[in-house]
Amino acid sequence: MRRKTWDKVRGALWATGLYALLIALAAFLLAPFVWMVLISVHPWNTPIPAISDLIPRGPDGQVHLDWSNYGLVLFDPNLPVARFLFNSAFVTLTVVVGQTLVSSLAAYGFAKLHFRGRELVFALFLGSMMFAGPVTQIPVYLLLRSLGWLDSYWALVVPGLSSAFSVFLLRQFFMQIPAELDEAARIDGAGDFRIYARVVMPLSKAALATAAAFTFFGVWTDFFNPLIYTNSVEMRTLEVGLSIYKNSYGGSNWPAQMTAAVIVMLPLLVVFLFVQRYFVKGIMLGSIK
Amino acid sequence: MMRRREARLGWLFISPAFFHLVVFALFPMGYALYLSFFKWHLIKDVRQYVGSSNYAFCLTDETFLHSLWNSAKYSLLSVPFGMALGLAVAILVNQKLRGISIFRTIYYIPAISSGVAIAMLWIYVYLPETGLLNSMALGLLGEHGRLTPMVASMLGKPDWHLASIDFLNSTQWAMIALAFMSGWGGLGPKMVLFLAGLLGIPQSLYEAAELDGAGRWRSFVSVTLPMLAPTTFFVLVTSTIGALQVFTPVYMMTKGGPDESTNVVGYQIYQEAWVTFHTGLAAAESFVLLALIAVVSLAQFRMMKSTLVGYATT
Repeated sequence: MRRKTWDKVRGALWATGLYALLIALAAFLLAPFVWMVLISVHPWNTPIPAISDLIPRGPDGQVHLDWSNYGLVLFDPNLPVARFLFNSAFVTLTVVVGQTLVSSLAAYGFAKLHFRGRELVFALFLGSMMFAGPVTQIPVYLLLRSLGWLDSYWALVVPGLSSAFSVFLLRQFFMQIPAELDEAARIDGAGDFRIYARVVMPLSKAALATAAAFTFFGVWTDFFNPLIYTNSVEMRTLEVGLSIYKNSYGGSNWPAQMTAAVIVMLPLLVVFLFVQRYFVKGIMLGSIK
Repeated sequence: MMRRREARLGWLFISPAFFHLVVFALFPMGYALYLSFFKWHLIKDVRQYVGSSNYAFCLTDETFLHSLWNSAKYSLLSVPFGMALGLAVAILVNQKLRGISIFRTIYYIPAISSGVAIAMLWIYVYLPETGLLNSMALGLLGEHGRLTPMVASMLGKPDWHLASIDFLNSTQWAMIALAFMSGWGGLGPKMVLFLAGLLGIPQSLYEAAELDGAGRWRSFVSVTLPMLAPTTFFVLVTSTIGALQVFTPVYMMTKGGPDESTNVVGYQIYQEAWVTFHTGLAAAESFVLLALIAVVSLAQFRMMKSTLVGYATT
């Protein structure tokens, strides 16, 4: 009897300790974001507050959150932030839709059809995923330049219309769909395009959502490609456009800089809350060789 | 007949993606190799065949070699730290506790964040005097810190106190600061990968270890770690490849400084390609980086194989 009570106490202590650790870690991971939001509601162009003044107060000592910074950044007369937002949204959505379509077609080919050279071509996809990154930036730039696509939506969209990673991820999912299902459809007289559209795709909603989510975050937060493929202010994406904020306003206007950071972050957080459950699945599948 | 139809269909299904792969990855790789044998100015567009002299130049160029060394340093700092953190947190969130999935979600948030926003944020974290890190540390252990007198008396040095550190402007600290930030930012995917690995370990192995009298630590060393080896290998290879190519935080936070101490190879190639327009040289440098990535991945693969064989025989 006594032993049982002791075990209970020990279990409770253990759980309390674990929760304390979990919360401390959450604080470590989220603290910079909390500070970011708090600094963004300080008056425009004020120096960094001391920790004790982190929650802004008006002259009367009352808490005074100054949300006007958001208006000042979003409608900055020198920067078309609304245009950045549109560019990011348009480019990201187009790439997500296009890449999901192109990659799922290829994934179907690799997962469900047999043809000579399949393994070799798939190896090329995998190899490019690992090794193409560092060397392709200059040639792709030259290619886009000779097509006259630099500084246009073409340059921001077309290079993203397929991705080896998405092909790989979707192939993993498609291979798990039992062959009996497509056999059954085949006996009913369905061709491969029908099986792809009516059997495999509907069964893979979660997989497609996962691939789309990865693409969404990859494109929205892409910094390097828009940086080198565009140069007019009107063609910048949010990520590149608001990095100008840091440079042109220097380190002095911290509330402005943090407001810009929140504006970049907010759409990402909202989308993440909707799709977060797919991330665990997707990453786990992506790692299985 | 059937087979041929299937083959044609197979190629049809993969053709858009394959065409894209050829145009945006395979052909550019070949073209980059071709470019690396030319002296080529991107804007003036004058090109001159120079043989292997771009390679000869960069492999003896002190700035470039130093940038390779910086990348090695960055990887050696950030990869082990990030992996240890990822594994520790994976074990933590593998506990059966109510609400644990909320914590898993929270821990993932830095990984989906915008690199630019993160950089702006961490510039502030690392600021001298007023930055998050300095102001917290100095509040406790600075000249007028709350705990300063206590620690000073424990050390037997009455004048002891912490001084503010300008992390991003210090040759000693800047690289460590960037690596620490990457551990924070990259936690999510590593945690999920290790968690997947942990969930894949059969419970029976732990039961057998317990029967053999193994404690918690012993079963961690003898069951968990070896069973996680494939996951560890995957995380190691992918994070090393990522670390060797790091760019955005360096561009945003240190511009390779101070005194070139954070001029990693990704930033160095960016400079040559897009700032000084030494296009051919940049192409050669990117192939040196590619070779480095290939060699490191291969070495890690070899290491992994011998580890696994070691476990199989004992």
